[in-house]
Amino acid sequence: MFASVAADPAFRWPAEGVSRVPFRLYSDPEIYAREQQRLFRGPIWNYLCLEIDVPNSGDYCQGTIGETPIVVTRDDEGILHALVNRCAHKGALVCLRQRGHADSLTCVYHSWSYDLAGRLQSVAFRHGLRGKGGMPDDFQPSQHRLQPIRLATFCGLVFGSFSDATPDIETFLGPQVAGVLRRNLGRPLKRLGQHSQVIHNNWKLYAENVRDSYHATLLHTFYTTFKINRLDMDGGMILSEDGRHSLSYAKRAQLTESAEYAKVHSAQYKSGLQGPQLLDAFTEFDDGITHMIQTVFPTLTVQLTLNSLAVRFFTPRGIDRTELFWNYLGYADDDENHTAMRVRQANLTGAAGLVSLEDGCINEFVQRGARGSEDVSEFLEMGGTEVASSDGSRATETAIRGFWQGYRALMGL
Amino acid sequence: MEPTKLPPVAPALRARIEDFLAEIARLIDDDAVECWPEAFAEDATYRIIPRDAFEAGQPVGILSCEGRGMMRDRVLALRTANIFEPHRTCHVLGRPRLTPATDGTIEARSTFALYRTQQGGRTELFAAGKYLDRIIERDGALRLASREVVLESGQVDILIVLPI
Repeated sequence: MFASVAADPAFRWPAEGVSRVPFRLYSDPEIYAREQQRLFRGPIWNYLCLEIDVPNSGDYCQGTIGETPIVVTRDDEGILHALVNRCAHKGALVCLRQRGHADSLTCVYHSWSYDLAGRLQSVAFRHGLRGKGGMPDDFQPSQHRLQPIRLATFCGLVFGSFSDATPDIETFLGPQVAGVLRRNLGRPLKRLGQHSQVIHNNWKLYAENVRDSYHATLLHTFYTTFKINRLDMDGGMILSEDGRHSLSYAKRAQLTESAEYAKVHSAQYKSGLQGPQLLDAFTEFDDGITHMIQTVFPTLTVQLTLNSLAVRFFTPRGIDRTELFWNYLGYADDDENHTAMRVRQANLTGAAGLVSLEDGCINEFVQRGARGSEDVSEFLEMGGTEVASSDGSRATETAIRGFWQGYRALMGL
Repeated sequence: MEPTKLPPVAPALRARIEDFLAEIARLIDDDAVECWPEAFAEDATYRIIPRDAFEAGQPVGILSCEGRGMMRDRVLALRTANIFEPHRTCHVLGRPRLTPATDGTIEARSTFALYRTQQGGRTELFAAGKYLDRIIERDGALRLASREVVLESGQVDILIVLPI
């Protein structure tokens, strides 16, 4: 085992800054523990669930912030609450089902019961039995409750934060991110499907991967060959002012084929599709953008590939294990034909996605490749060393550098 | 609740169906996946979907094909385009529960366990679930008119690239 950060006060981020990323960040248990406190419980908004998961009073849904289990509830007045899913008594999970409907939340261990705002309502055997046992006379139910955390909603997304220092959600997102979320999610949504994928790598490798517009058309052959997304399409990478959120976009109709693609493996797959209906698409927006990968720091991604709308959320399940959730969505007013196209295009992404399945293993390849090289760093100079929007070119790693800029600020590294 | 009494299926037909279902699994396990679409009717549908999404009536699963063309595209993609670590599969099939439908097709429900072996040698249970098949006879041969692969878990380890 190599020295951890805590045991090695000499740990310094390389002088080159965010164009270098030490591999130890993916395998150091001290780093992992610090992330749970400083980053996930820090002054940021974490995605918890969708509003459509808890549409009615009494509905609840589980979420997670880092490793901390959270339950989102909608109370009798329709107000949403985010609560740590931990009984105030012994710490057991209060909510067991992933999603459901209930009048109250009752811990199965000793029947402590909470209302949907997390207030303790009753304690079994509080006064003992036959006058014996029970809680002390000064026991006050009002002094015990499920730990509430801050909650915010934006365009159907529900976020939670442990920190009082987190700015309001729109300030956190910034104007560009908020604007694009309104474009893509600013209408009533409906869920079309969901599944998750367990990938065997540190969560930050996926955070990088999803910001990596450089790899997308090289590793994911299907993108390139069928001209769903190529770097020679009109497009760009836009970063939020603080650099940590990003938007990669492309316009399929604006393709000027570049000679550089003749040399890459991913452009060599020449066959046409025998089931061409896979790529049947309709025009939803008049800005010409047909491919968008939007990231919200640290672990949220909104995808609109052709008409396939999905909210991806990933969360650490240990230092070298990440769970990636795929939430496939449509709009509530979609007609049958639109839904059919979204259903077919769902084949492009997800755990079996024609253009995304490689990401299930590629980050693990980095995790494995970097073993024993904790003091070596990634080299991230594609598009320079700056953290800045890159309008007109996505042959850049600027969004990855932006992620690390946000990460370093929170982690104090 | 009493178990449903199923109308009988002639033993000879049952034997043919069981052989047919075993052969489909073999095509995947023996790396003959090019032949896998040929077990389906031309306009057949195929879908892999988690049980929760299936029971909620959600239309999007993990993978879907409408027609043999999309199945062949999947096979071509996994042979020539998709990148993944080499692995093998081993399907263990349960005895199918057969229900003749009024339109002459047969509905078959069979459970399966699917083991995956990575190139490093790890053999693990990758998926368990059931096939919900509609089987027809065309030109003297059995074909799948539709297959729903309903997975007990909605959590996929690493990725799915081979059909199940």
